[in-house]
Amino acid sequence: MRSRILGIASLAGIAVALYFALVYAPTEQTMGVLQRVFYFHLPQAILSYVAAFLVGFGSLMYLITRDLKWDRFAYCNAELGVLFTTTTLITGMIWGRLAWNVWWAGDARTNLELILGLLYVGYLMLRVYLPEREKRARLSTVFGFLAVLDVPINYGAIYWWDTQHPKPVLGPRGGGADPDIKMAIYVSLIAFTIVYTWLLTKRLSLARLEDEVGAMESAVEAS
Amino acid sequence: MKPVAAIVFKDIAIEYKNKEAFSSMLLFGLLVVVVFSFAFEGSDRKALAPGMLWVAYSFAGILGLNRSLNMEVDNDCLQGLLLSPVSRGDLYLGKVAGNLIFTVLAELVILPFFIILNNLAFDRILLWIAGITLLGTLGFVAIGTTLSLISAQTRMKEVLLPVLQIPMTFPVILSAVQATSLVMSEDSEGVSFPLSLLGVFSTVYITASYFVFEYIVEE
Amino acid sequence: MPETLALDSKEIEKKFGYSFAVRKVTLRVRRGEFVVLFGSNGAGKTTFLKMAAGLMRPTRGSLSIEGFDIGKQADEARRRIGFLSHNTFVYKDLSPLENLKFFCRLYGVPDSEERLIDLLDRVGLRGRASEPVRAFSRGLQQRVGIARALLHDPSVILLDEPYTGLDAKAAQTLNGILDEALAAGKTIVLTTHDLDQGLRAATRALILDRGNVVYDGSAKDTAVREAYLRYIQQGNTK
Repeated sequence: MRSRILGIASLAGIAVALYFALVYAPTEQTMGVLQRVFYFHLPQAILSYVAAFLVGFGSLMYLITRDLKWDRFAYCNAELGVLFTTTTLITGMIWGRLAWNVWWAGDARTNLELILGLLYVGYLMLRVYLPEREKRARLSTVFGFLAVLDVPINYGAIYWWDTQHPKPVLGPRGGGADPDIKMAIYVSLIAFTIVYTWLLTKRLSLARLEDEVGAMESAVEAS
Repeated sequence: MKPVAAIVFKDIAIEYKNKEAFSSMLLFGLLVVVVFSFAFEGSDRKALAPGMLWVAYSFAGILGLNRSLNMEVDNDCLQGLLLSPVSRGDLYLGKVAGNLIFTVLAELVILPFFIILNNLAFDRILLWIAGITLLGTLGFVAIGTTLSLISAQTRMKEVLLPVLQIPMTFPVILSAVQATSLVMSEDSEGVSFPLSLLGVFSTVYITASYFVFEYIVEE
Repeated sequence: MPETLALDSKEIEKKFGYSFAVRKVTLRVRRGEFVVLFGSNGAGKTTFLKMAAGLMRPTRGSLSIEGFDIGKQADEARRRIGFLSHNTFVYKDLSPLENLKFFCRLYGVPDSEERLIDLLDRVGLRGRASEPVRAFSRGLQQRVGIARALLHDPSVILLDEPYTGLDAKAAQTLNGILDEALAAGKTIVLTTHDLDQGLRAATRALILDRGNVVYDGSAKDTAVREAYLRYIQQGNTK
């Protein structure tokens, strides 16, 4: 029931966000209509980092409580992390290509996002090669925790690297002062957060079912 | 003799006898350097040099980490270590110290070859580069030792290590390359930032791994 | 004041993901006992022993060795345990002497060559004390393992199927060492498949079946053999 409400809310949210992004927000002077992809790009980028924090939190909680529900929480967020990182990179590339004719900007933000994506993929790959449930939870949560610690360190390294290699400014820093633009960004952010929550809820319940099936299979094997 | 020191000396003793880790690291590193010097024939060697060097170091480093781990997997010697009263964190420190020694040794041998093959200058900058090598390798090996023990327990064993290691050590490689590049262009002011970042990375990961290590090795 | 038990496990449990390897085993072993643990494959013998040695973390329950909790006072407990399995845990590139010196340093016991040569002599390896273990046969490697397990004079000796891969002479040497240890007041817990070898010197016999203790009695009692037949030889016709 809860996921149905969230599902409807997501749909509504995206519809509203689309309106705000495509109609309500004013057309930007320098870039024109293409700039509107930013209204999707920014919330996705933010959520890809929120996912990282949640993976780290879930991993830590598992190591403390040894309750598998936290392991499930960690890896469901990692999957969403891959999703949002991918869409962030794609929308970023679309924008870069249309606006400045470059597929890959190679600036701090894009590199950071890419590394984040690789960390998520590494985490999920680790899980694939650990067939035993308890070992899978234990080792991947350790890696998840260590990987999330890397995110702020990476931030420092990459942003400093950027100051050494100045690049053309890509994208409005801060979104500009125009209140309409800010409004569109907030609306979009709220909409995508609802989508994230909805996807997380569905994925978590699926994960719980997977674990229950696993438990039943072992019980059958043992007898 | 304290247990951590005992582990380091044991690793040195074994390596002295079979020379597996050191020789494979050295050979692989040299091969990468040779390939790069051919591949980048004619380009601006000096600008590309730091990146090339650290790519060679990374590949050699991963080889070394795997060899060090195989030493413990053989005959299940790791269990022998776990049976002893030594704390898991101390075991970790012992392995990191051993890995650091061998990796840095191999890197310091690779470095002069690198300079010769790329017709770079031999001067006092070398001391700086050696220092950056040491600090960068510390971070690399700190997280690498932990990750090698994680990947060793998976179905893919050591093949998984690069998948985990390379994104995680990205800030180390980036900072080390930048610091090396600054030093080579005689601009030593900006060096303090990447060096402190390397220091932060090493501190964070040595501390985190020290406490988390028991979760990796317990069953 | 209650006596200190050599091994005291309270409702110890081990779960791997969804299945239980060991279910609520409560076992009290007094000092000086020689316990033999029988069980078919997958019964939980190795898991239980590994938990007792501090190699595996129990899912639930507590276990202490000579009064030291294996979780909270791990280093004190491990100091008093000698563990031997069919893996020898010795480094192939080093000699027996170098291996033993290393382990002495880990356990914080004196690493004098004299003492170690005597120990190697006891397992019949004095003549080959300085050759790399790589060159040894399996039986000889196992003897180095025995020396390693005992060099810190542990009061509790845990052996997991130690007779696997041992030739008759090495098995005899091992039995001699165990008899000496028993006479010196040590506690021994041994798991094995071999009924006769197991009952040879044991004082107490246990049978584990699917993680539970299903038999616990004197090793000299004939009921042991009946129980063994029932649980181990016939119980596995599935």
